[in-house]
Amino acid sequence: MEIRKTALAGTLESSDAQVTVSPGDSGIELTLESSVMNQYGRQIRATVLDVLARLGVRDCRIKVVDKGALDCTLKARVECAVFRSNGISAGKVPWGGDIR
Amino acid sequence: MINAVGREIPDELLTDGREVYQGKYHMDGKSFRKAGPMAVRREKPQESKVLGSIREACERCGAHDGMTVSFHHAFRNGDYVTSMVMKVLVEEMGLKDLTVATTSLGSAQDRLADYIEQGKIIGIQSSGVRGRIGEVISAGKLRTPAVIRSHGGRPRAIETGELHIDISFIAASTSDDYGNAKGTGGKHDCGAMGYAVADSHYADHVVVITDTLVPFPNMPAPIRSIDVDAVVVVSAVGDPAKIGTKEARITKDPRNLMMAENCARVIASTPYFKEGFSFQTGVGGPSLAVNRFLEQYMVDKGIRMGFALGGMGGNICDLMDKGLVGKLLDTQDFDMKAIRHLQDHPDRHLEISTSEYANAANKGAYVNKLDFVVLAALEIDTDFNVNVLTGSDGVLRGAPGGHPDTAEGSKCCIIVTPLVRGRMATVCKRVVTVTTPGDCVDVLVTDYGIAVNPKRPDLIECLDRASIPHVTIQELQEKAYRLVGTPDDLEWEDRVVAVLEARDGTILDVIRKIKPLKL
Repeated sequence: MEIRKTALAGTLESSDAQVTVSPGDSGIELTLESSVMNQYGRQIRATVLDVLARLGVRDCRIKVVDKGALDCTLKARVECAVFRSNGISAGKVPWGGDIR
Repeated sequence: MINAVGREIPDELLTDGREVYQGKYHMDGKSFRKAGPMAVRREKPQESKVLGSIREACERCGAHDGMTVSFHHAFRNGDYVTSMVMKVLVEEMGLKDLTVATTSLGSAQDRLADYIEQGKIIGIQSSGVRGRIGEVISAGKLRTPAVIRSHGGRPRAIETGELHIDISFIAASTSDDYGNAKGTGGKHDCGAMGYAVADSHYADHVVVITDTLVPFPNMPAPIRSIDVDAVVVVSAVGDPAKIGTKEARITKDPRNLMMAENCARVIASTPYFKEGFSFQTGVGGPSLAVNRFLEQYMVDKGIRMGFALGGMGGNICDLMDKGLVGKLLDTQDFDMKAIRHLQDHPDRHLEISTSEYANAANKGAYVNKLDFVVLAALEIDTDFNVNVLTGSDGVLRGAPGGHPDTAEGSKCCIIVTPLVRGRMATVCKRVVTVTTPGDCVDVLVTDYGIAVNPKRPDLIECLDRASIPHVTIQELQEKAYRLVGTPDDLEWEDRVVAVLEARDGTILDVIRKIKPLKL
């Protein structure tokens, strides 16, 4: 999947994460801020890269501002940002396909 | 050297007879000679001790580079005096190499973080460090390691001479012109002043700072004029509205209520829950709510509480006014209702010092008479060790307060905390910092279940008899990690930024400079 335009998902509320994706041309450029960086930074990075790989995103700038979100929340926010950048409305989300 | 709670204490800290923590009651029965202040005689009658300014009082008391000054935190987030005096010492008088020994530090003293960064303040001794001060200490900007003591540990250190105070500045709501000072009857009341009493007895010089000068004699008063060198009148000593954000109210959060109800069930299941029992709780969400559920159990059983101890909120005062509590032994007040109650009921709402409250080196502190204490935790590990000082990210942001004192003294110490907070596992494999050793902690109540310390088979039996379900603490920890994932170990530099004393003065743990994760 390609990142076509800048798109955002999530909030800065506690236990949420705000994810912004924008088009890039040199692989995945991840910027990560987290309130639980010291304990979970590596796991958050792995989760984000994992979702992008699953959605077939190769080139993308992605910024994650994490406020202690659980893994399931992080995944949902990354997925949502990627689909929004493709203009895919709720009706076209590939439930059971790329979204599991 | 590894201490009794498995923490590595650097040998260079073990000088001048300092020992590592060796388990509870290790110092019991040992003798020591109390330290005494260098006092100035005031034989020639003086009409008044009131001086024109803080600076004049500092000069009169011989303020100098390298000295230790002390403050109390009864005004908590509404304290004006600490910042006011430090500004005079540092900015007006140009003093440096100062050590600040306060009973606690929070956002009201953020200005001190600047002085630490400028190298003017080189030492901090406190029960707690929150706000920016915690951040600059954790970043290694304080020249000497901060010393963290419990509320009982502080008067102990003062009495043994480990903490010598050159000048104590005591914020008071009222004072007469001779220095009889208290926390009620003024423009800005803080209530009980239990934190400041040891300082008033043991500091070389004592300056009372008030905004309400009243006629002599302002008595009875916790701070007595025979200990006071000077009195300074300022426009305001603090903002009582910021002591608590508001009058501590019973939580409506169903999760907190459930935990509180379970705490009360555990209390009611033990043999200590009988006529005349004693109790302490904090004012945080679930622990405060325990009062409400306990009330019902007391009424049902037809028993009364003999005394409540420690910091007081309006809630426990209400319980007294319903005739369910005999005495309140009060070190500090958390809201306006408790402050008024202290003033209005001098026969049964009694002010006590923190030495009376919790000092392990006197001849029997009141915590030793406690049946129950209900406490919160930032973290608790599978050995029941509790951390209330450092966040899961390793940054200083809390305070032992009376936690280790009441936990050790009481017959039944209950920790109440949610299993996870956001992504942080409260129940974990190893706490970042041990502030209260696990052998002082008896029961853990979480929103996912109750665990009893296996060292207390008698309590396990009580719970079983009352059909209160419980699990092992390992099961709770595993459940937490399933929810949030297993946290990576924090990474530290060698530099020790704070030394945490056990309540008996041995070294319980050290806090090192955190190495932030860079991806």
